[in-house]
Amino acid sequence: MSVATVQKISSPAALRDLAESLRRSVEGKLVVDVCLGTGCRASGSADVYESLKEAVQANGMAGEVLVRPTGCHGFCELGPVVLLQPSGVFYHGVKPDDAADVLGSLAPGGQPVERLLYDTGTEKIAFERDVPFYKKQQRIALRLNGRIDPTRVEDYIREGGYQCLAKVLSQYTPERVIEEITASGLRGRGGGGFPTGRKWTSCRQAHGDIKYVICNGDEGDPGAFMDRSIMEANPHAVLEGMAIGSYAIGAHQGFIYVRAEYPLAVRTLRAAIGQARQAGLLGEDILGSGYSFDIEIVRGGGAFVCGESTALMASIEGHVGEPRAKHIHTVESGLWDRPTTLNNVETWANVPVIIERGADWFASIGSAGSKGTKVFSLVGKVKNTGLVEVPMGITLREIIYDIGGGIPGDKEFKAVQTGGPSGGCIPADHLDLEVDFDRLSEVGSMMGSGGMIVMDEDSCMVDVARYFLNFLREESCGKCTPCREGNQRMFEILDKICKGEAGEGDLELLEDIADVVKTTSLCALGKSAPNPVLSTIRYFRDEYEAHIRDKRCPAGVCKALVTYSIDPEACICCGRCATDCPVECISGKRGKPPAKATEKDVAEGKAGEPFQIDAQVCIKCGSCYEVCPVGAVQRT
Amino acid sequence: MPAVEPDVATTKVADSVATHGERRSSLIPVLQDLQEEFDYLPRESLESLAERLRLPLSEVLRVATFYAALSLEPRGEHLITVCTGTACHVRGAATILERLEDALGIEAGRTTPDQRFTLQTVNCLGACALGPLISVDGKYYGKLNASRLAAVMEEIGVGRNRAED
Repeated sequence: MSVATVQKISSPAALRDLAESLRRSVEGKLVVDVCLGTGCRASGSADVYESLKEAVQANGMAGEVLVRPTGCHGFCELGPVVLLQPSGVFYHGVKPDDAADVLGSLAPGGQPVERLLYDTGTEKIAFERDVPFYKKQQRIALRLNGRIDPTRVEDYIREGGYQCLAKVLSQYTPERVIEEITASGLRGRGGGGFPTGRKWTSCRQAHGDIKYVICNGDEGDPGAFMDRSIMEANPHAVLEGMAIGSYAIGAHQGFIYVRAEYPLAVRTLRAAIGQARQAGLLGEDILGSGYSFDIEIVRGGGAFVCGESTALMASIEGHVGEPRAKHIHTVESGLWDRPTTLNNVETWANVPVIIERGADWFASIGSAGSKGTKVFSLVGKVKNTGLVEVPMGITLREIIYDIGGGIPGDKEFKAVQTGGPSGGCIPADHLDLEVDFDRLSEVGSMMGSGGMIVMDEDSCMVDVARYFLNFLREESCGKCTPCREGNQRMFEILDKICKGEAGEGDLELLEDIADVVKTTSLCALGKSAPNPVLSTIRYFRDEYEAHIRDKRCPAGVCKALVTYSIDPEACICCGRCATDCPVECISGKRGKPPAKATEKDVAEGKAGEPFQIDAQVCIKCGSCYEVCPVGAVQRT
Repeated sequence: MPAVEPDVATTKVADSVATHGERRSSLIPVLQDLQEEFDYLPRESLESLAERLRLPLSEVLRVATFYAALSLEPRGEHLITVCTGTACHVRGAATILERLEDALGIEAGRTTPDQRFTLQTVNCLGACALGPLISVDGKYYGKLNASRLAAVMEEIGVGRNRAED
């Protein structure tokens, strides 16, 4: 990623002038925003971007049309996505060959390309703002996602970027900044939901000349990718938020700890920091204010526990990521024993907006105890997978059905898992729950970083609990016994249940161990580890009992408890199951189904014989069940 | 994959320590540089690093074995990563992993005896809309099912690998 040369900006007035001239330079231009986030990239958007750029050149449109590479737009399910500005026309599933048609639709009087528009099933929708997935969203942290080129600081400045930092440095005392953040009611987006203003106040008041700020970008919850998306799509919002926060607490050095699996986020942030330094927005004497602040990137090593604040700090210092007991808070003694303020990516990205629009505005959004919006990654068994940002207090039903479009294949909703491995599963009875920090905790789950994994009737809740415990026993750092041993033992019991080997008393033992791990573990990872087990037992005890007493998996997931067979009456003798079977345990004869075969067919050898599965050889992989066109394969 | 020459390994350590500085907090960044350069951590490089940072070798090894992104063993020519994140799990990632383990004849975390493939799992690639998903040498293959996986295996030559065994 090349770092363009940016001129140093010496004062708030110069920043305003630059923003104004950048705005004028794009006035009247038609812009084609192409998503190059990880999701769309995996669907081939880099080729779409190249082909659009070539088409613009070839048609001599470079003067009036700008093809802009952007970060994630959120609607990953339909990638690659393209957005036309200023019209707001939204295209999805765009291929390189569509470039000419997309440009054609930009021309005056051009009509949107029908086949690339969002289809509700009954009508085509042209504009992004009308697409149901976007309609109920309110974007604050994601406000510029998909609207700017993340590799150009000019794009962020043009949209008003760094104006809040300028305002704070020239007009606010540090105390005033903290008052504003406190009044806004902002709570930490990383999982704990601790009031950000209170954290900053303690750190400001802590003794010591050297203080640090940290951005936690170690997004470890599986199924959560909102922080990655912000770092990739709008890195300067994070930098600006951190600069404002560090001014407030009195720090001059910041660190961004980024997860090892996010190479694009690291590249984007690195380029952004380089440009911000050149522009005088980071480094010595920012915007002529006399205040200095710089940021360093630290790459994670692929350990889930490093998302915990004390483990993360140990990792920056060059140690293994083991948490410590927090008798002394990190705001007093954190990184290298200095007062340290750690906030998550999304929290930092909210800070500039709060300064810009005011605490009252922010506090007017959301529920009583949780202000503002939250970004969720809506994934799993849901039609519209992607990133959604909604006001706190919205119901689960609105998120899953109105925005997410419900469950694919008309299956029945079973549960939604929130909060990652520390969270729990919430059943259908609670679909009308208002989503905020406190309500989620009340039903035995938690907000976490915002992963929301939807499960349908085909998901086994015991298997899900086993999955999380497997994750946790592998990711436990091993420092404290309850977490290291307890998670291992809970996993073993869950594994026995899934294999049909558990007996009476195992469920009670599981609950006992869960209680011990919850009350005696050292850090939040261990304390919350039993949540997936306890919440699934609380809401789906009957599923556990079916596994233990009847040796049956109601969802048909646990392999040891299911058998596959083919209904000879329903089999159409097509043989697709046999072709796909990896162990060749399905036999029969392709041809006309016996019921339809005439005597002549039989005589000519055209009659088929229904296929059968040899249960002794079958590895229960389920491919026959997946490919059968008539549903003749049964799973019991 | 040929073994890394000891002097190549120690030179890289010297360069990387010079970049990051001779201090404790450089330990992980230097290990990451080595991992990127050699695709694993050669023994000589760890010994040399311990000396330069004035740390016991056991401490360097403790850190090197704690983090999943660091590996003490050379990896195969091609790296197949199966995402086992929650979204992929509920969409059938376990079956995808089993089929790959079966076809390659190795468990996740291992390398085939001919050094062609390393199979590993990852907690989440963050591309949940495409689940179940695998990445082969950094290229993503999403929305997998039995037949699409078979096509991917064909493309990367997994079937052939087994036939040669």
